[in-house]
Amino acid sequence: MSLDGFGVPSAILVMALATYSMRAGGFWLMALMPRSPRLQRMIEALPGSVVTAAVLPLIVREGPVAALAIAVAGAVMLATRKDLLAVLAGMAVAAIARAAGL
Amino acid sequence: MSKDHDESARAPFVSRAGFNLGARLALPVLPGMIAFGLAVGATAARKGLTFLDNLFMNLFVYAGMSQIVAMEAWPERFGVVALASLALLCITVNARMLLMSASLQPWLGALPAWQIYPGLHILTDPSWLISMSYRARGGSDAGVFFGASAIAALAWMSAITIGYLAGALIADPRRYGIDLVMPIFFAAMLVPLWRGGRRSIAWLIAGVVALIVQQFIGGWWFMVIGALAGAVAGGFLDEP
Repeated sequence: MSLDGFGVPSAILVMALATYSMRAGGFWLMALMPRSPRLQRMIEALPGSVVTAAVLPLIVREGPVAALAIAVAGAVMLATRKDLLAVLAGMAVAAIARAAGL
Repeated sequence: MSKDHDESARAPFVSRAGFNLGARLALPVLPGMIAFGLAVGATAARKGLTFLDNLFMNLFVYAGMSQIVAMEAWPERFGVVALASLALLCITVNARMLLMSASLQPWLGALPAWQIYPGLHILTDPSWLISMSYRARGGSDAGVFFGASAIAALAWMSAITIGYLAGALIADPRRYGIDLVMPIFFAAMLVPLWRGGRRSIAWLIAGVVALIVQQFIGGWWFMVIGALAGAVAGGFLDEP
């Protein structure tokens, strides 16, 4: 497959600008917003909201193996508070469950 | 959280100790980033990108999910329409970063622009989560954000290079559960963020809205719309 001389570089440039506008845009816009306790609470709710909004649809899409792996990781994290251990336990469960044909 | 807490949070500063702490906090997510980076590099090779194309795309775009989606629909000719749809794709897949960077502003907004604006380029989901979790524990050393982001970027750039060169040798990531490592890490991060009942209602709303959007709208909007719904709910439900 032959690509035009400037095709790929211009694609990279466009993708880079679009992505950086997201990364910097929120920060820049937020500086213009008036501070309020409500806004502060929204920010505090955001990390957990991003996680559930990303993970829940993935569990539904990927099925029981993902649900099981994530549940085990959560339980290990709850018990030990060691995130590396939680991640390894979750991956091990996923690998075993898939090897077992789940 | 009360307003006093807000005001008692100290001004941001950047220290070497904070940088090291951030790098250390990011260690658990590095295997996941490396596995994902290997897959992105291998995809670039498979799609016929040159070594430098792959390197520059990762240096300048640096958003693996959107790169994979873009390369899977990689155009043969790059006209205005093809370029515009690539831009739109990056905006949709990465729109969550708008919320993520907005949430860093009250903390990092006092940093000089020449530090934070280049720094935001290496903002990633895991380094943001690590930074927000550190902030929620009362920390204010901005070095944590830079350290976590920098080590993630370093791991990523190594992985995409190796992935490009190794190409087809990369084993099926599903076999070792590597494709799930990011969501697993994210879910584990929920535990220390847990602040009890009312906060979890906002998270639940975020998840349900994301599911509904995925079901009825499709595409990549579910993450940002779900997250936004959760944040708004958190702002209104959690009245003191």
